[in-house]
Amino acid sequence: MKKTLFDHKIGKGITRPPANLELYGDAGFRAFSIVCAWSIIFLILFILWMIGEQALPAMERYGLHFLTGTTWDVNKENFSVLPEIWGTIYSSMLALLGGGVLGITVAIFLTENFIHDRLAYLFRLMIELLAAIPSVVYGLWGIYVLIPLLRPVAHTLHEYFSWIPFFETELSGPGMAPAALVLAIMILPTVAAISVDAFRQIPAKVKEATYGMGTTRAEAIFKVLIPTASSGLLAALVLGFGRALGETMALAMLIGNSNQISLSWFSPANTLASLMASSFPEAGKVEAQALMYAALVLLLITFLVNLGGLFIQQATMRKFEGIK
Amino acid sequence: MKDLKTPKQLKKEGWKGLNLQKEPFETRSLTNSAFTACAWALALLAAIPLFSIVAMLLKNGGSRLISAEFLSVLSDLPPAGFEAGGGIGPAIVGTLVMVGIASAIAIPLGILTAVSIKMLDSGSILARAAHFIAKVLTGFPSILAGVFVYAILVVHFGYSAVAGGVGLAVLMLPTVIIATEEALGQVPKRMTDAAFGMGCTRTQVMWKITLPTALPSIMTGVMLAVAGAAGESAPLLFTALFSNYYLSSLSEPTASLSVLIFNFSGMPFENQIELAWTASLVLVIIVLILNIIARAIGRKKF
Repeated sequence: MKKTLFDHKIGKGITRPPANLELYGDAGFRAFSIVCAWSIIFLILFILWMIGEQALPAMERYGLHFLTGTTWDVNKENFSVLPEIWGTIYSSMLALLGGGVLGITVAIFLTENFIHDRLAYLFRLMIELLAAIPSVVYGLWGIYVLIPLLRPVAHTLHEYFSWIPFFETELSGPGMAPAALVLAIMILPTVAAISVDAFRQIPAKVKEATYGMGTTRAEAIFKVLIPTASSGLLAALVLGFGRALGETMALAMLIGNSNQISLSWFSPANTLASLMASSFPEAGKVEAQALMYAALVLLLITFLVNLGGLFIQQATMRKFEGIK
Repeated sequence: MKDLKTPKQLKKEGWKGLNLQKEPFETRSLTNSAFTACAWALALLAAIPLFSIVAMLLKNGGSRLISAEFLSVLSDLPPAGFEAGGGIGPAIVGTLVMVGIASAIAIPLGILTAVSIKMLDSGSILARAAHFIAKVLTGFPSILAGVFVYAILVVHFGYSAVAGGVGLAVLMLPTVIIATEEALGQVPKRMTDAAFGMGCTRTQVMWKITLPTALPSIMTGVMLAVAGAAGESAPLLFTALFSNYYLSSLSEPTASLSVLIFNFSGMPFENQIELAWTASLVLVIIVLILNIIARAIGRKKF
């Protein structure tokens, strides 16, 4: 009998077409993977829905006044979070100012031949360790190292520059400045890591052409590399900002939990996340609902910021895929 | 083109030629040096907090840990107000148990989800949406994970170790998914192509080639996620609360190192504050060990 190409027993040969069972298995697993992918989308909707449901009574009771009022009075059950929204955004902005500059500088330092590759690797490890240190440990360090260190500086600044709104109060202990500083240190690794990726994405030929023109390193970095990587750096800053918005424990320990709106760096303030962390464990039913409403507000703010950052990041990636 | 002079003509007129050398005291050279110095200064500045934190941890937390009674510090119950001594035993056990629960939930689920996303056509809207949402979730504020688990579990069953574990799992899940996806993406295409060429189905390629090859990288990501979970405290405030005693069942409030540090850091008693430092040192050591393991596993690259 003449043998044909397909005439072999399934399971005997070294290579063989998949058996029916395997094809069914494959189809089954493909179906399962669709379910899995949906489940993560479902998870995020579930999170939104659960927090929304818990917040619903407070939303009905306080409405939009919750976002514009400035009181948090447990006894009168009158709750609103404008000072916390202000504190969240202000502290994150200040942190971004410090952490952003430091993070991008570190990224430049690591990618543009400032130090030997091995040293750069070590330095990167150190920055990554900064990200591994738990938030509460930063808080503890902030209380017992940073605040005593800052106090004389703040005192001098207040004494001579109290006409500048940033320095108009005395630093009595916890406050915006120590909180924002710790926050800056905490977002530094995030900003640095994403910026490093942004600089690495620049095609080698761009760098070669730049240095080939006879530029100095500073010129190359400021005139070519930073503008080229700018959208990636922007993504790094936005995502770092998103991280800062949601940070909780270090801020709960350092910001002073005071319900006020002030431009001053040395007066105590509050953030949405630290309000929740410090009030929730002892909250009654009505206050807990109000806190859930605050959680929803925080969720929406961080979502929008993170979404923005990720969209910029993806757009950047697509741009460079074209060049490479 | 007539008015263009040849080099010979130019030389005759006294032209010395173009100087392509960088002059050391030109403005742009000076700017460059200044910039280099600034970059060095800022980079070193960024490294200072790490050294400061490590130094303070060793100085304030080390004395108790490196002493004859370190075993009792690691196993005793936390002290009340004016009491001397005491330890952080329940918190260590609680942290380990809750991280264990979180890992048991998040690691298999995360890896499976990442495999699933990679199984879909990478261009499909579903795959891209799932990937994007996992990414968005990595930037999710940790305290909201606590609030979420509070709403689904604590409201009905009360504070418990299980709820704490689930809270940490919600935080670990996106990290595990993204790490696994990246690891799977690193597997050389020629390996999977070869397998497809042998007539394997997608499922077979995924389970027999891609996943085993990517396993070291996946473990790295997983270890980093576990380390992150060990240091989390915000979600635990809402889910596990705190307890002064060793946990006897998984459905009761549970102590954890991070919440102990939070609680003790604000206390007026010297002894508690010292214990908070000791607990921080122990926590950082745990996190560091997990980080080192992660890096040790992940060294092998393609």
